[in-house]
Amino acid sequence: MSVGDTPPPPLRLRLASHGLDAVTLLVLPAAALLVALFVYPFFYGLWLSLHPKDGSIFGNYVKFFSDPFLYETIGKTLWLAVPVTVLNLVAAIPIAFRVRRMRNQRLLTTILVLPITLGTVLVAEGMLNYFGPQGWFNRTVMTLGLSATPLKLVHNYTGVFLSLVITGFPFTFLLVLSYLTGIDPVLEQAASTLGAKASSRFRHILLPLLVPGLGVTFCLGFVQAFSVFPSAVLLGAPAGPTRVISIAAYEAAFEQYDYSLASAIAMVMAAVLLAVIVAVMSLRGLFYRGPASGGKG
Amino acid sequence: MQQSRPIAERAWVTIVWVLTGFFVVNLLAMIGTVVTSSFATRWLGTWLPAGWTPKWYISAWDEFQLDDLLIVTFEVVFAVVALSALLGIPAAYALARREFPGKKLVMLLFLLPLLVPPVTYGIPLATVLYKSGLGGTMSGVIAANLVPAVPFVILVMIPFIEQIDPKIEAAARVFGASTFRLFVHVLVPLLLPGALAALLLVLVRTIAMFELTFLTAGPGSQTLVVALYYAVFAAGVRAVQSVDAMAVVYMLTTLVWLIVALRFVNPTQMVTRAKQQQH
Amino acid sequence: MATSLQTFKTLRLDHLGRDFGRLNALKDLTFSVERGEFVALLGPSGCGKSTALNCIAGLLPTTRGSIWLDDTRIDTLGAEDRGFGMVFQNYALFPHMSVRDNIGFGLRMRGVPRSEAKTRIDAAVATVRLEQQVDKLPGQLSGGQQQRVAIARAIVIEPPLVLMDEPLSNLDAKLRLEMRQEIRRIHAGLGSITLYVTHDQDEAMSLADRIVVMRDGEVRQIGTPEDLYLRPATLDVADFMGFRNRIPGRITGRAGDTVTLDVGGTSLSGLPRAALAGTSAIAAIRPDDLQAAPSGLAATVEVCEYRGHNFFGSARGPGGVELFFRSGHRLKTGEPVTLAADPSRVLVFDGETA
Repeated sequence: MSVGDTPPPPLRLRLASHGLDAVTLLVLPAAALLVALFVYPFFYGLWLSLHPKDGSIFGNYVKFFSDPFLYETIGKTLWLAVPVTVLNLVAAIPIAFRVRRMRNQRLLTTILVLPITLGTVLVAEGMLNYFGPQGWFNRTVMTLGLSATPLKLVHNYTGVFLSLVITGFPFTFLLVLSYLTGIDPVLEQAASTLGAKASSRFRHILLPLLVPGLGVTFCLGFVQAFSVFPSAVLLGAPAGPTRVISIAAYEAAFEQYDYSLASAIAMVMAAVLLAVIVAVMSLRGLFYRGPASGGKG
Repeated sequence: MQQSRPIAERAWVTIVWVLTGFFVVNLLAMIGTVVTSSFATRWLGTWLPAGWTPKWYISAWDEFQLDDLLIVTFEVVFAVVALSALLGIPAAYALARREFPGKKLVMLLFLLPLLVPPVTYGIPLATVLYKSGLGGTMSGVIAANLVPAVPFVILVMIPFIEQIDPKIEAAARVFGASTFRLFVHVLVPLLLPGALAALLLVLVRTIAMFELTFLTAGPGSQTLVVALYYAVFAAGVRAVQSVDAMAVVYMLTTLVWLIVALRFVNPTQMVTRAKQQQH
Repeated sequence: MATSLQTFKTLRLDHLGRDFGRLNALKDLTFSVERGEFVALLGPSGCGKSTALNCIAGLLPTTRGSIWLDDTRIDTLGAEDRGFGMVFQNYALFPHMSVRDNIGFGLRMRGVPRSEAKTRIDAAVATVRLEQQVDKLPGQLSGGQQQRVAIARAIVIEPPLVLMDEPLSNLDAKLRLEMRQEIRRIHAGLGSITLYVTHDQDEAMSLADRIVVMRDGEVRQIGTPEDLYLRPATLDVADFMGFRNRIPGRITGRAGDTVTLDVGGTSLSGLPRAALAGTSAIAAIRPDDLQAAPSGLAATVEVCEYRGHNFFGSARGPGGVELFFRSGHRLKTGEPVTLAADPSRVLVFDGETA
């Protein structure tokens, strides 16, 4: 029998052979929700940002990049987000290396998950008390004679920086730890039977396998730090050095009711984030990416 | 491998532990400050307050109308949990079991809301919600919170579903189970542990979700965390202790669920949701 | 690397032990291996054989005892200072390095000059026949090829001792047979000691000069494959060596080398292993050696199946004991049969201790 004799299979079967059947349709409601509440608002925002009050297409963007009160927020936000993210990452790596060997990691990881769960607002509230001039921290510093006057740790750059460390470090640490424990320990054993000392094992085996994960961790940490909002208001100097970009966007939307400008600022924010992520990810592309195990499982 | 430890390595280990200890001590002391202050009669310029009292909880309860706030918070949170389960689990099942054209695009659609910070997409989203009349309403707050919650459930559930052998479902079919019975007798029991973990995490995250609720809530649809923000923001209007008492109430609502969640999931899981998708 | 490690003659384990918490994973391991020998550590999973190998490699600190190369104590050295080659069960290839870099890793760690390293890597690659694959990443290789890379990586450093931890367990049956020959050939070419951990007695028999049978963290028997096959020291070892029939009986008489048992009214003769203290004993017989005969143990056939060349089956014997036998022709289920074995093929163990 030649191929031409067989009638074509019904449409349902042809679709099923491409993976489209009733089960696949289950994805639709969730996808529709996100298109409506995530994709559509984004494009609506983009459209809105191009239709400012004065009628010119790029009016909002021109305004943003010509008003130092607005464009300086990018620099201020980066000046917070980049050092914090780098610091968190640099501190997380050695600690994760230590904790990986611990048998009872759970207590430490549970304590560290606290600030993430409690959220930025509560951390800000706690820090106002704890790091304030009358707080326990300054009291201890003065009792130990490390400083004669209370350190000014809140309502300035330091306050926001610290809050980003407190919420960001645990996040970074737990991510690094999970990447690190994903590296098959037998690889390190293999390296040591081949004569590699601890430092060589780190340099030649663990670090190269960890780099892709560190890239992702940096991006996720950076995204969080870059969008800092409540703590910049509550713990910082929201009119001065910690006037971050999300404050500018919020003010435009909810104080000046200029949704068009607010959308434009949100777009600028997304663009900066995207630029940094693309840069980090393309660096990461230079390294090996793939399963960090030593062979067939 | 670890028989002998040179001094340099020991010093290194010590530094690592001192730093970690310093961080943890400060973290716990910070939380301790809030709790102590909420029970203080007067606390100025001393290590410990002058006296102890529970009165701030009573006054905070009245001042901030905590009962209303708690009701709103849990209405929002449980609605978000229920809806994200209803939408997320079937979607995760489809994505785990089927290969279809455009799957990568769909995955990207579910990944982006977790990667893009809430403030960034929250402002355009709030604008759309206000235009459509949902802004400031409870439905609006729930809708906004679904944006990160649904993808979260999906991304937690996909690896979980993938590790359930599809042969089990095939076997149930061979033995004559209808789709409905397959679902009730086979899939639900198998999915339950993963779904429970995912939904508890959504619950904890939604209670703590500040930005989206802040941008979309009106006077009647504020959750606890947003009210706490306003209370801290307007510090000076009310006694510090009263705000602290409210913070403790907020802390308790989150911690209860955190403790429940930790019975089912590893703490690292709470941050690594997007990890599996990166390769 | 100290030259004494390169030119040593004997590896000696002296009362080696390792605990994990309260579990004695390895109780007391004492044996020595001469240069050039291929020794297999054989036992079921959990018997402590991998623990022993990891202790020798330096990947696990020992709890008791010591390890010696001639007069040098090595259990105090770190794994990186022992200079042994190890092949891991899952190969443990570095996924981010090419085949060449994987194989060259040990030489790089030793600071071997580039040109010399290249020659040695090329030689190792040729030994395992992977010339076409040197620039690939391990993820692009098949299981068998990965296995060869793992072996090349271990032998390129010319180690005095090569440790292999179930290296063939992830390969399919055909490849496993091929790799056995390769491993044997490579061992002969190296002239060093190979310690090979496996749970497959077939593999151990075909590869090793001597086999160390382990169980519950202890050595049960050390001997050549022939020793173990013909003269297992204990019932455990016999069980492991394919003596599937365990027939309990009562000792009724001894004559010279042989001892006679009473099994449900029928007598059965065999060679005693070790001292027989009481009157009860257990006879161990391979299915291959138990055949239908004019007289012997009366039994009822339960199953009989064709295995090419011969039929093998099981039958219910005196007192309900299950008997596994060989037959030249098919027997029907329920058919009565009498089974007997040559006394020189029957081993009799003490019934009290078993």
